[in-house]
Amino acid sequence: MISYIIRRVLLAIPVVVGVVTLVFLSLRLMPGDPALIMAGEAAPQEVVERIRDQLGLDRPLIVQYGIYMGNLLRGELGQSVRTRRSVSYELGVRINATMELASASMAIAVVFGLIAGLVSATRQYSLVDYGTMVGALMGISIPVFWFGLMAMWVFSVQLGWFPVGGRGTLRHLVLPAITLGAMSTGMIARMTRSSMLEVLRQDYVRTARSKGVTERVVQMKHALRNALIPVMTIAGLQFGTLLGGSVLTETVFTWPGVGRLMVDSIMNRDYPVVQGAVLLIAVIFTVVNLLVDIAYSFVDPRIRYD
Amino acid sequence: MTKSQKEEKIRKSRGAFHEAFKGLLRNRTATVGLAMVTVLAIVGILAPVLAPYDPLRPTMRERLTPPTSAHWLGQDELGRDILSRVIYGARISLTIGIVSVGVGMALGVPWGLLSGFYGGKLDLISQRLLDILLAFPPIILVILVVTVLGPGLWNAMIVIGITSVPRYSRVVRGSALSLRDAEYVQAARALGSSDVRVLLRHVLPNVLGPVVVLGTLYTATAILTAAGLGFLGLGAQAPTPEWGAMLSRGREYLRVAPHVSAFPGLAIFFSVLGFNLLGDGLRDALDPRLRGVR
Repeated sequence: MISYIIRRVLLAIPVVVGVVTLVFLSLRLMPGDPALIMAGEAAPQEVVERIRDQLGLDRPLIVQYGIYMGNLLRGELGQSVRTRRSVSYELGVRINATMELASASMAIAVVFGLIAGLVSATRQYSLVDYGTMVGALMGISIPVFWFGLMAMWVFSVQLGWFPVGGRGTLRHLVLPAITLGAMSTGMIARMTRSSMLEVLRQDYVRTARSKGVTERVVQMKHALRNALIPVMTIAGLQFGTLLGGSVLTETVFTWPGVGRLMVDSIMNRDYPVVQGAVLLIAVIFTVVNLLVDIAYSFVDPRIRYD
Repeated sequence: MTKSQKEEKIRKSRGAFHEAFKGLLRNRTATVGLAMVTVLAIVGILAPVLAPYDPLRPTMRERLTPPTSAHWLGQDELGRDILSRVIYGARISLTIGIVSVGVGMALGVPWGLLSGFYGGKLDLISQRLLDILLAFPPIILVILVVTVLGPGLWNAMIVIGITSVPRYSRVVRGSALSLRDAEYVQAARALGSSDVRVLLRHVLPNVLGPVVVLGTLYTATAILTAAGLGFLGLGAQAPTPEWGAMLSRGREYLRVAPHVSAFPGLAIFFSVLGFNLLGDGLRDALDPRLRGVR
């Protein structure tokens, strides 16, 4: 078990290094002079020079890389070109908002996705099954930013039930969380259904039924526990979808998180902040997937011997 | 799986694509999906004929007019006809789908074939490279690259294609790996076939089914992602009638003119749903093993 965890963690390290390298190169390989682009065409020469100096752009690439990596190990992600505050500070004050939104959406997706998938699988080919699966497919297909806007128009503008945007109370969280969670709810519902149907065909389920266990116990105890394994993987991957979708959802609902910071920074050409935000999201996603993999090996011992 | 589906699976060895198409037409959701995609294609191709007005011509006196008998879907913030813009937008979305999926397949399929077929160090290194791409939520990677290359529809389409490379590569690699030692591949080699010939004639045809399914599902994803970029101002630029960008402009007028955002969004929803339904149906018809791939 321990060796599996160690192996899995070691495998994640080159991925993180690769991610960091890719993000590092993205700014340096920009066509044109990055310092000039960030400062803006009309900026005075000293501003351009300040930015160039700040990012060390006049040094050889390999030296820049060494400095970047060294800073990163100390948790320094550089400095915002606009606010001149450190990128870690800018991200730090917003990450809680993003995690709050993503966690709430995940909770919605897991609870409703599981219930919908279970209801569907246990009533296969019924009207309820068709209805639920059509709903799930719609959740997967709906553009998150459109769904958010329309929900805002109906529930905030017309009915006045929820605030139009911002963060603060639970009422601020409801619409963004539902909007962001819609796609993942659909994904989890579909996965739960197909996984349950697969398990319900297994021999051990037939054995359980033949020894007289009630259908409810068969479904909840014998089938569901095994069906949950692939659902876990999908749920882990969905966390990435949620982090990606948060960029759009936060923009729609003016939610003060990392996603919105990223979009604002792109508009301001504040690339150190954009890169820091991308890096943070990619690392969170990698760590979540690592944790899911490890949890997976607890639930399903077969995976450890692959 | 019903009895008829089982029988079909057995018959699949003969005329696989003919059977698959018949299976597709028997599948109700797939038929609906195919019909929706066909509508989208026809609207896109015939846009100049179908659009009642010039999609770019402003009429400032009629700004934000709600739907009327002259303008069925109303007019936008510059008084342009929303119906005409939505119709022309279908062209753009189709292009996005075709270009992104084309780029993804053109890179991902050979990548997976070579990786799986030759194995060893090449496989190890190429798969680790893909792991790095997979570590980013796709839209985040697209945002990073588009930020570097500059916003615009073409950049967006190509990068969206690149983010799907790992998915194609993984599926193709798995099949290539298992086919490498298949008897008929060994036989072809014994008869003196070159690696290229073995790959193209004997391995590739066997992986096409899953690739077509993935391609259809990724068309939906590509349209959704490109619209998202358009919404953020990183995709198509004004005055291009791209649905995501149109929706974004309408956002400012949500209180007074919700129709400006509502209809382009509905069009995105319709297209994505169509490709998802078709992809689901194709998957059931071509390769049930792929269930739950996304």
